[in-house]
Amino acid sequence: MRLSLNSRLSAISALLPALLVMLVVYIGATSWTVWMSLTNSRMLPNNNFVGLRQYEMLLGNDRWITSVHNIVIYGLLFVSLALLVGFLLAVAIDQRVRAEDTIRSIFLYPYSMSFVVTGLVWQWLLNPTLGIQHVLRSWGFEGATFDWIVRPETAIYCLVIAGVWQASGLVMAIMLAGLRGVDDEIWKAARVDGLPKWRVYVSIIIPMMGASFATAAVLLSTGVVRLYDLSVAMTNGGPGIASEVPAKFVMDHLFERANIGLATAAATTMLITVIAVVAPYLYWRARKGEVR
Amino acid sequence: MQKSNVDIRSLQIGFGGLKVLENLDLHVGASEFLVLLGPSGCGKSTLLNAIAGLIDVRGGEIHVGGRDVTWAEPKDRGIAMVFQSYALYPRMSVRRNMSFGLTVAGTPRDEIERRVGEAAQMLRLTSLLDRRPSELSGGQRQRVAIGRALVRHAGVYLFDEPLSNLDAQLRAELRVEIKRLHARLGATMIYVTHDQIEALTLADRIAVMQGGVIQQLDTPKKIYREPVNRFVASFVGSPAMNFIPGQLARGSEVAFIAGVNRVSLNGYAFRSQPTDAPAVLGIRPEHIELTASNDPSAVSARVEMVEPMGADTLIWCRLADSTAFSFRHDADAQVRVGDTLNVRFPAEALSLFDETSGQRL
Repeated sequence: MRLSLNSRLSAISALLPALLVMLVVYIGATSWTVWMSLTNSRMLPNNNFVGLRQYEMLLGNDRWITSVHNIVIYGLLFVSLALLVGFLLAVAIDQRVRAEDTIRSIFLYPYSMSFVVTGLVWQWLLNPTLGIQHVLRSWGFEGATFDWIVRPETAIYCLVIAGVWQASGLVMAIMLAGLRGVDDEIWKAARVDGLPKWRVYVSIIIPMMGASFATAAVLLSTGVVRLYDLSVAMTNGGPGIASEVPAKFVMDHLFERANIGLATAAATTMLITVIAVVAPYLYWRARKGEVR
Repeated sequence: MQKSNVDIRSLQIGFGGLKVLENLDLHVGASEFLVLLGPSGCGKSTLLNAIAGLIDVRGGEIHVGGRDVTWAEPKDRGIAMVFQSYALYPRMSVRRNMSFGLTVAGTPRDEIERRVGEAAQMLRLTSLLDRRPSELSGGQRQRVAIGRALVRHAGVYLFDEPLSNLDAQLRAELRVEIKRLHARLGATMIYVTHDQIEALTLADRIAVMQGGVIQQLDTPKKIYREPVNRFVASFVGSPAMNFIPGQLARGSEVAFIAGVNRVSLNGYAFRSQPTDAPAVLGIRPEHIELTASNDPSAVSARVEMVEPMGADTLIWCRLADSTAFSFRHDADAQVRVGDTLNVRFPAEALSLFDETSGQRL
């Protein structure tokens, strides 16, 4: 089909803004970042090519190593716990409880809060002299101790708690939609077969909900990669550097520590990691699409 | 395999303020094939679910195999059930679909294997045992669902519209298969459907339901030939029974008067003494006969439409008073639209209903 010049022009002009954004912001900025990571830029960008020197320094940097370590712990715990808690909440709501709409809104509510607010709230709750520990002690449980947030080896788990609290409502909504899609007659058949309820969930329902779990896991994973504000608001990376995360490493070195070369090297490393995870998945999906 | 009877005594079921069934009594004998037939919303599925124990009852008792199971869990009732949507466990193989319930119940493994093998062989599923439900056709899926019911070795098998999701040809095939299965197992089966052909072909007895009440409970032949009221008469049979409004008249013999036409009722088995009251005459299309114009009982009608149906032809006619009716004739009938025919309504094939109550006279 041949389009007239006129309609082709209008189509191009409609697509142009998006195309420009795509070219300049995504491809342009990303390429520039990769290039910067190969220079010795400090406070201002320059073009002195130094090869992979910045990457060598990055891998020798304790703070970066801690950040990577933290994001792995956070990523694994956050995704698995949020999926678990979200699924259990959805199962609980699916038992035809009273006031389902209200409860659903309450569970979903934390997701509407920004990470900064979430971080602040949980910073107070976990603060030993203000929050949960203080309350328990004032009730008479003198020995009660809950000081994870001020101890370097446990601070990252506090980020997990806050993250799970915020995200499990969203997981619940996705899972609930999945559970509601299960044919009522499957439940009836399982009852006639004499299967206990937990067994139906474990052996029949969960295997049916692969798509819901995949959707939720992808959404949660993107939250892991860009984890920044929660760390800033809750612990500011502390105590010391105990709860540093890669995105915060990049931001700090870019704007505070005037080390553009190292920051962009860190950012590029994150990009490569994400591509290394996503590319095989996309390839697999594309292959699956061809087969069908 | 044991064969249980089912005894339902003054069963009451309701949801909120809505009464679905009220004081329903039903007895199903061991090895009997009973079909619950009715339009949607008549309570037939509710009744079946109550027998299965999938919904709570408000009152009354349900006995299966002589045991009161009114408040028993479905698995303890000695029943097995087949659903309209097959309700197979989608991520399990056919073998596991059939064996899973038994595995959870702790049946010995060799016993499970024996039962699954037996059911699979009976339903020609042996070559499909390692497939997933998504890799099967609709008919195969429903056979798997039947297989899953069979391995339970239950006393009663319940079918909830099992063929409604299948296309016409598969439906006919599986219908035969279910009938064969019943003949072979001799098991008690209760089968819910809205399809009167299924009911007529499968049942030992049919319970025709409407508005939560069993209208008629009888053999297929009796239901077809002697419907107790106009609802049963119109619901069973395809093409549907013709209804002609008119008047009973007692003279030298009892007759039915519709406008200028007069149908002799000599030979009709009245249930009670007839009176001179308005009535409705019902006759099935295949019972109307062509006759000669000099036959004193002939009624003349004009042909409006001819529907060839392969084995025979359905001819739509109109009486002089513009009442329409249809009748069946051989496929090679030389009848054209606009022709005038002389037909006869044989008294022994008629059904007469009271005009207001709709009850058989």
